[in-house]
Parts: sequence; structure tokens; C-alpha cells
Amino acid sequence: MRKTPVTPVQVTGTVLTTRRVDAYHALTVVAPGIAERFRPGHFVAVAVGGAQTSMLTRRAFSVHDVKPDYGGTVEFVFAARGPGTAWLAERRARDTLDLVGPLGRPFPLPRDPVNCVLVGGEYGSATLFAVADALQQRGCRVDFVLGAASADRVFGALRARRMGETTTLTTEDGSLGLRGRVTDVLPGVIADVRADAVYACGPMPMLRGVTAVAVEFDIPVQVAVEERMACGVGVCMTCVLPVIGDDGVTRMVRSCVEGPVFRGERVRFDDVGTIPFDALGAPGGGSRNNVG
Amino acid sequence: MSVDMRTYLGHVELINPITTAAGCAASGSELAQFFDLGRIGALTTRSITMAPRAGRPTPRMAETPSGMLNAVGLQGPGVDAFLERELPWLAQRSVRTVVSIGGGTVAEYTALARRLTDAPGVSAVEVNLSCPNIEDRGRVFARDGAASAEVVASVRSVMRYDVPVVAKLSPDVVDIVSVARACVDGGADALSMINNPLGMSIDTEAMRPSLAAVTGGLSGPAIRPLAVRCVWQVHAALPGVPIIGMGGVLTGRDAFEFILAGACVVAVGTALFHDPYACLRILRELEELLAARGFHRLADAVGLAHRPPGAPTRHRIDLEESSL
Ligand SMILES: Cc1cc2nc3c(=O)[nH]c(=O)nc-3n(C[C@H](O)[C@H](O)[C@H](O)COP(=O)(O)OP(=O)(O)OC[C@H]3O[C@@H](n4cnc5c(N)ncnc54)[C@H](O)[C@@H]3O)c2cc1C
Ligand SMILES: Cc1cc2nc3c(=O)[nH]c(=O)nc-3n(C[C@H](O)[C@H](O)[C@H](O)COP(=O)(O)O)c2cc1C
Ligand code: FES
Repeated sequence: MRKTPVTPVQVTGTVLTTRRVDAYHALTVVAPGIAERFRPGHFVAVAVGGAQTSMLTRRAFSVHDVKPDYGGTVEFVFAARGPGTAWLAERRARDTLDLVGPLGRPFPLPRDPVNCVLVGGEYGSATLFAVADALQQRGCRVDFVLGAASADRVFGALRARRMGETTTLTTEDGSLGLRGRVTDVLPGVIADVRADAVYACGPMPMLRGVTAVAVEFDIPVQVAVEERMACGVGVCMTCVLPVIGDDGVTRMVRSCVEGPVFRGERVRFDDVGTIPFDALGAPGGGSRNNVG
Repeated sequence: MSVDMRTYLGHVELINPITTAAGCAASGSELAQFFDLGRIGALTTRSITMAPRAGRPTPRMAETPSGMLNAVGLQGPGVDAFLERELPWLAQRSVRTVVSIGGGTVAEYTALARRLTDAPGVSAVEVNLSCPNIEDRGRVFARDGAASAEVVASVRSVMRYDVPVVAKLSPDVVDIVSVARACVDGGADALSMINNPLGMSIDTEAMRPSLAAVTGGLSGPAIRPLAVRCVWQVHAALPGVPIIGMGGVLTGRDAFEFILAGACVVAVGTALFHDPYACLRILRELEELLAARGFHRLADAVGLAHRPPGAPTRHRIDLEESSL
């Protein structure tokens, strides 16, 4: 197993700005120790609800942006979904926020200047811009494919247009770009730009589709997955998914510390949510499955 | 002023009463990124099993009010990998280690204990009795005093005499005192409580159970009153038996509550998911709280809430009843 490259820290951050971006909220937080350690693909685990809260588990968010201002700021983009993200959506400038980060394995970057297609679904696009930046600094060509259910849920279209050689947008309702899904247009984009690699972040079904396309073209694909997490730091064992190791053995690995970035073809997307029978330590059947 | 925080688990001295709860600190290295594990009394491992285990399907976790449900299913690499990598890693750093073991048969627990007997760096063995007994129609060991005692006696018989055997009890029983007594009679040097009571939640969006395994273990402050009650009852009945208390400890005050109820060691579990520094913070808060109340020694506070109304506060009363 590869080791986590950077040591995470816990910091009490101060909210600098809050803004709405279409269907999403963006929070910029002064979080020195985290910003300086950040690499594209990292995420943060945020405590929600305040000191006396009944919400005990941390919420994970990919880091969208870091800036050196105020000793280091991090920005993350989120959809208000349940009680934790609803609470975060109510934060205002100068509120404090408890963050742990940077967490997870960042996206590996190619050594040579190659052509990369960056695929984002919903708020998953947020994590791609730092990747794009790092790729461009290495002389890579970057093209974007961003998609969502509807126009207000496509994140970062403007920025993608500024940064990417090309940007292709898709929405399922046709309210922006092409009607359909990112996987409908991806083969065309890969062929047009002669892509050497794909980077993707978004919902699991999208990652599965993107991986299938990349495998078809026989080019490497790096995906950032999202699994239900309680701690984000590797101690609770709740965020696992079946991943094939270098040795060909499938293991239930923690997406928070072994991921969230994996080589797409190593993730057994069809078996997420199950324990594949051939996974290391899979139950031999019967009641032993229930131990613990 | 400083408080003497030393405590004893059997005859094993711990520099302070804070440990991690089984299954809540993975193999230790994850938390070591945040603080020096040598500063806590002990680290308790996840429950080690004979063979590698992939655990249960996801979702394995659901947040509940002041707590969470988990259905991890003892995922782990098995005892060989534990002895090869994880235990030596902890031993090299001189981390006092309580090794938790889990099995489906008495023979499996015994075999695990045998494997640990010669391993350097085992400060104590905690027997996780909340596993289904595959020889007894999947009934959980901890729900039955006789089955629990059999496991404990067997582990005790193969374990080195100087390594305490701790029996970890479940609150999902009619009479926890009788299970505790059976374990002590079977040779347990200490008791640990509580393991997760069984709970369930339903996702009202999907209109299905939130966990893939349907039911799961409830942890966090939601279970603290249940845990304090268990520690209280068992300490009252078996005052000479050391108790590791746990269940929803988030602060030094929570730890103090367990100590007053009769625990001499306090384990921190779910709080670590919220705050990776929880152990050190709780230790500091506990020490401050003891100092503020005029205690010179942690030991003087253990079980103190059991004194009769009107009795002096500072001095620990010697309970006369002994069931040993
Ligand atoms: C690595 C990673 C990066 C993420 N990045 C983003 C992001 O940039 N923007 C964004 O909007 N969301 C992101 N998510 C999803 C986000 O963590 C969840 O939407 C959020 O935790 C939901 O919290 P809640 O209180 O609103 O919902 P609730 O359903 O009430 O949450 C209950 C518990 O379940 C956990 N949980 C629920 N859904 C998810 C999920 N999809 N993934 C992980 N844990 C979950 C929560 O963290 C919490 O512990 C990311 C998740 C992961 C794992
Ligand atoms: C994710 C998780 C995994 C656990 N794994 C184990 C385990 O392997 N063995 C065990 O004896 N207890 C296990 N427990 C139970 C805890 O050790 C502890 O008894 C319980 O969670 C109560 O403490 P808490 O409220 O501080 O978490 C686990 C608890 C959680 C939340
Ligand atoms: S979220 Fe706790 S181990 Fe990954």
C-alpha cells in the first residue's frame, strides 16, 4: 500500500467569505496549516453543528481552491443536502470552523506534457481546477467535460472555458450544453484531442461510466470517489470499497486514506456496496458473516 | 498542582486512565499522525480475528442523534498480519497495547490468545464477547454468562499469567451483573463495558434501512447513560474488579462520570471520529477537573459516587461486600 504523503492537521479556521454559486454554496476559510500542505485532489473533514452539537461525524469536502492570502485559505463547494450541510450553508464571515486536512491521496500527475481530459459531475468539478492548474504548469493540454442534471448544477463552466482548450457541457434536461451525460460526449472528446489520460470526479455511476470509456480507449483514468465517511482520517473503517491491488487481489480499502483518488480500472464499481466473494477476507458464508 | 493520574489494569500500571476503544483507532498509525500515542494510558486495537476479514457491505455508517450506528463487521487483516506489522509498530514506539480479540468459537478465541502469548508488547488482552457464537445458533457470546465465562476461562488458561484478561460486555442483556460475575468467576482480571448496543435507523428518503446490514451498533453520547448505569451496577456488585468504562465519552467531564461510577480506565471511541485529538484533550480536561475538586490521586475518585448520602467526599469508602 502507498502511504499518505502529507500529515494532516486540525485547525480552527475562520470563514472569510461565503457565496452562492448556482445550486451550490462556497465557503472560503482561513486555514493556514491546511492550505500550505494542499495538493490537488485533497479533501477536508469539517465538524458541523457547533460545540454542543448532536452531529458527531465529520463531513468531507474536496478542496476547490487554496490561496496564500491571510496565511492560507481553502475554499470548498457544497450542496446543502442534510442537516450538516444545511448548517454549513448558514455560516457567515468571521464564524469559526473546525477542519481536519488535507486528507486523502491527491491526483497523481503525469511526468511528461500529455493531453488530459478532466471530467466533472455536479460539484465534483470543484476539485478539478487545481488539477488543471498543476497539469498546465507541467505543459499538459487540458480539456474539460462537465455535466449535471440541470444547468444550475453544472459547477465551474466559466472557469473551465477560461482554463481549458475546449469545454464540453452536458445536462440531462438539456438546459445547458448538450442534452445527455458526460459519458455520451466523452468518447468524442477523447478522440478529438487525442487524450492520453482522464481525470474524473463526480457521482459513482458517472465514474463508472467514465472509467469504461477510458478503458475502451486504453488510456489511464484517475477517479476521485465519494463514499459515506464518519472520520475521514482512516480510523472508523466505514468508507470502504472493493479495489484491486497491484497484486491482483481485491481488498476492501478505505476511500479516505487509500483514496479518494484511485486508478479507475482498479475500482470494482459493479461491486460497490457489496463484499465481492473473491475479496480478501470475504465471508466464507453462513453465520460467520455476522461476527462483530 | 498536579494530580497523580496513574491507574492499574490488574497489576499493569498505566500512566493515565485514557485508552482508545476497540475498533476506533484502527492500527494506531492513523492517530499517531496527530499525537504521540505514548501519552495515553494505552491503545486498544480493533478486534483481531484469526483470518483476514473483509467486514460488511457499505453503507456501514449512519449518523443518529448524538451518536452513530456502525456495521463494520470486524474488518481486519487477521492475526498473522497483526503480529507481523501492527503490533511490532506499536511495540517499537513503546505504546502500551490492549489487544482486543474476536472469534466465532471458543477454540478460535483460544487459538488467538495462544498466538498472542509470546508476542512482545501485549499489555492486556480484551476479549470482545459481542461476536455471534457460531456453535450456538449465532447467539452472541456476551448475551450468555456461561458462554462468556467459557471463552474467558479458556483465554485465561493459555495467556501468560502477567497479562491481564479483560472481558468486554454488551449492554444488550437482561442482567449485566450476572454476566460480569460469570466472567470474573471464569478468570477475567478486569471488565470492559459497554460494547455497542444494537440499533437501527431507516432512511426516510430511500424508505429503506440506512445500513446495508440493516442493524448496527450504536455508539456516542446517546449511549452514555446506559453505559454509566452498567458500570455503576457492576462496580457495586464487584467492587474489587477493575473496570474499563466507555460509551459516549466526549469530554473530561464524561470520563469523570465513568470514574465516579467505578471505572479506573476510560476508553474513547466515537469521539475520535469527531476529534482526532480527543484522547489528549479528555485527559487534560479530566486532570483539571480532578485538581479543581481537590483530588491528589485519580485513584481516590474511582467509584466515589457509590458512597452513601452524607458521607465525606474526599475519602474513598471501602465497600465491604466482595464477591470475589
Ligand atoms: C472525499 C469526499 C469529498 C466530497 N466532496 C464534496 C464536495 O466537494 N461538495 C459536496 O457538496 N459534497 C462533497 N462530498 C459529499 C459530502 O461529504 C456529503 O454530501 C455530506 O457529508 C452530507 O452531509 P449532511 O449532513 O448534509 O448529510 P447527512 O446525510 O445528514 O449526513 C450524515 C452522515 O453521513 C455522511 N454522508 C452522507 N452522504 C455522504 C456522502 N455522499 N459522502 C460522504 N459522506 C456522506 C455525512 O458526512 C455524515 O457523517 C464529499 C464526500 C467525500 C467522501
Ligand atoms: C466504528 C466502530 C467500530 C468498533 N469496533 C469494535 C471492535 O472491533 N471490537 C470491540 O470490542 N468494539 C468495537 N466497537 C465498540 C467500541 O469499542 C465501544 O465499545 C463503543 O463504541 C462505545 O464507545 P463510544 O461511544 O466512545 O464509541 C466499535 C465501535 C465503533 C463506533
Ligand atoms: S472515513 Fe473513517 S476510515 Fe475512512
